[in-house]
Amino acid sequence: MSTTTSPTTPASAPETPAAPRSNQIMKEILGGSAAISVLAVVLALIAGGILIILTDERVAETSGYFFSRPTDTLGAAWQAVSGAYSALFRGSVFNYATDRGFAIAIRPLLETLSFATPLIAAGLGVALAFRVGLFNIGGRGQMLIAAAAAGYIGAYVPLPPVIHLVVALVVGIIGGALWGGIVGLLKARTGAHEVIVTIMLNYIAFYLVSYLLRTPGALQAPGQNNPKSGPMLDSAHYPSLLGPQYTLDIGFILVIVATIYVWYLLNRSAMGFQFRAVGENPHAAQVAGINVKSVYVKVMLIAGALVGLAGVQQVLGNFTGGFAAGLDAGIGFDAITVALLGRSKPWGVFFAGILFGALKAGSFTMQSAEGIPVDIVLVVQSFIVLFIAAPPLVRAIFRLPTPDGSFQWRKPVIARKAEVSK
Amino acid sequence: MTAAPATTAPSTTTASGASPITVRSWKAPIGFAIFTAIAILLFFVVGRPDLEGGNPTTTYRLSEARDAIQLPPLTLGLAETTIVVVLLMAAATVGTVLLSRASVRVPLWLTTVFAVLFLVGFLTWAAAGATVPMIGLLAGALTVSTPLIFGSLGGVISERVGVVNIAIEAQLLGGAFMAAMLGSLTGSPYVGLLGAMVAGALVSVVLAAFAIKYFVDQVIVGVVLNVLVLGLTSFLYSTVMVPNAETFNSPVKFERIAIPLLSEIPVLGPILFRQTVIVYLMYIAIFLVWFGLFKTRWGLRLRAVGEHPTAADTVGINVRATRFWNVLLAGAIVGGGGAFFTLAAVGSFGKDMTNGAGFIALAAVIFGRWDPIRATLAALLFGFATNLQSTLSIVGSPVPSEFMLMLPYVVTIVAVAGFVGLSRPPAASGKPYMKA
Repeated sequence: MSTTTSPTTPASAPETPAAPRSNQIMKEILGGSAAISVLAVVLALIAGGILIILTDERVAETSGYFFSRPTDTLGAAWQAVSGAYSALFRGSVFNYATDRGFAIAIRPLLETLSFATPLIAAGLGVALAFRVGLFNIGGRGQMLIAAAAAGYIGAYVPLPPVIHLVVALVVGIIGGALWGGIVGLLKARTGAHEVIVTIMLNYIAFYLVSYLLRTPGALQAPGQNNPKSGPMLDSAHYPSLLGPQYTLDIGFILVIVATIYVWYLLNRSAMGFQFRAVGENPHAAQVAGINVKSVYVKVMLIAGALVGLAGVQQVLGNFTGGFAAGLDAGIGFDAITVALLGRSKPWGVFFAGILFGALKAGSFTMQSAEGIPVDIVLVVQSFIVLFIAAPPLVRAIFRLPTPDGSFQWRKPVIARKAEVSK
Repeated sequence: MTAAPATTAPSTTTASGASPITVRSWKAPIGFAIFTAIAILLFFVVGRPDLEGGNPTTTYRLSEARDAIQLPPLTLGLAETTIVVVLLMAAATVGTVLLSRASVRVPLWLTTVFAVLFLVGFLTWAAAGATVPMIGLLAGALTVSTPLIFGSLGGVISERVGVVNIAIEAQLLGGAFMAAMLGSLTGSPYVGLLGAMVAGALVSVVLAAFAIKYFVDQVIVGVVLNVLVLGLTSFLYSTVMVPNAETFNSPVKFERIAIPLLSEIPVLGPILFRQTVIVYLMYIAIFLVWFGLFKTRWGLRLRAVGEHPTAADTVGINVRATRFWNVLLAGAIVGGGGAFFTLAAVGSFGKDMTNGAGFIALAAVIFGRWDPIRATLAALLFGFATNLQSTLSIVGSPVPSEFMLMLPYVVTIVAVAGFVGLSRPPAASGKPYMKA
């Protein structure tokens, strides 16, 4: 089965097949410029604004007499959009409307960071798999399994303080890693497409955790009928970072560490070199003596562990009163958009996660203050990713020059360097 | 039936080499053996210790009260049935071993018979001591399967022409939304159905535009489209539908129509011919897609584009246009299936009401090896598993419902991992075509 390095002479080197298309696409996504990212966010916010205008009641009322007094409609449209986006700002960065002092006004920013925490962790897991050319849609399943494992320890296994937290954290991460590892193993041994396997494992994990949550003695809170776990013991709570008035907890430090780890792994370690080589072209990596199959398994283990960190964050940080099967709250899928926006680079993912955390935090203020459903965030997020995934589209909209005037994605690095030196 | 394209997948080589079929795959016998082992484990090792009395029986009701021809209920003893089933399953497993030794592919009918045997045994075991309303179970299964079948037909067309369609879920949801909207506004379910098809096609336009024109990875576009349509429909549901539910979210549902004569056939009639228009359209769609794909010039071209776009281009087929229009067609079919949710099942739109049906349809496409008939069978199996779960939860079964619901997904992973036969997608599926 395992074909180790076949002895190839340099003369027969051109036989290396071209990298599969998926790997090239990953490369293109990684290679886009930061400008495209920013423009994509702007475009997506504009698209969201259009949607808000179209469904605003005042706009609909005034548009009835648009041709006699167009300023009314335009004014209403402006109010709808500016109201929505200023509410978004107040809910996610700085609440300038409050008069209760800086400590309260800055609370939304910390709220944003705590929303961003699981997004960053899960986004890192997706991004790392991307770098190897694997598309990890299994965030939901990996989060659920990790959360169930950590939640079991956190709620039902009393241990001394500190040790309890560490054990719950580690067990949860291992759970996520194993659930991700299944994907890598199936991919390596049977060639099963990871997209299909991860989607299916999401549902399997969901039903498995649902079953455990309604089974007394497994995860269900004793003496209860709801499919919900018992509350986490105090010793397993994530300690708060800035005092109990803010939601930010130690999980944010953990994701900073995770980001540094992924950066180190990819850019400074031998294993990361192998990862990137397989991501560039698995055939070439195979010829170069890298065990591609074992790379698939390793990367999915680590990716699952990172996504698992997000699951642990949910149970030990956010839902400490007990969790239900919906604990992933869409983070597993948001992580894909986070990874794409961050161009699968560790720090890119970090800031993309904070941006999406801000959208999430702000969306609740938008709903309460302006009556705009939180679902608008899904629309904006998916627009961002659509625009980012298609740089030629963004270039066409903003009339940006293409690198060489054609629909080429991106010149090879060498060609670019040659251009610069000219 | 349909000839799957000749395989080029690597396999354990055989001594012969002249024969066109030289694939000797041991995956089918392994799969059969695993299921036989599961059957033995469930029926004899686990058994039904909760039931008292010598030999519990399972009663199958084969007729409904309104049927013209009444069939007596069928009563099966647990012990006899399970023993016979397991023996037959073992025989089928031996049969597959012999077939594989002779390098002959395991025929579809054998797999089907094997699956039915397993299900009969399982049902008798799980519902022992109770009565199973067979008609209700199977008719319900067909109903549950309807959107899955539409979804998988669209998926098959789309993937056969070379565009991976992860966005089936989005097309179903978009279709359900538009059907509710237009069905309410016009008061006609047929307009709603048409609107659903347009909505599905619109999702496809985005998929096709990004995948074919901008060469964006099709899986990424598909995933994003699912999120986008979920967000859009939820947003519009909250802002438009909820405040004016009377105007926008109370469509007229399709009535069940009993076809004269056909609906009086014992057992089959009530299951197949007392359904809504959408189900009858589904029968037509299944036939048309199968016939079109394998018996017409359109289908030949479509498959050529999906298998080898360069060759298709060389003989003068416009690859991009073929892909674009067929992805649109696929979206329209899936969208029509989405109308089922609002015009046949529930009668109003709800947030995320498709609830993953699109992903099960995708699983059916893969499990059905990109063949419309097999995909339909797979969708039926998944629908049956879902409906069986709800029937058994009423009867009271020893298997937790979550595990029944999990079954389609486990089966798909097994299929994708290749334990059940050879699973090979169209060669150019997922690869954008860039003219050199």
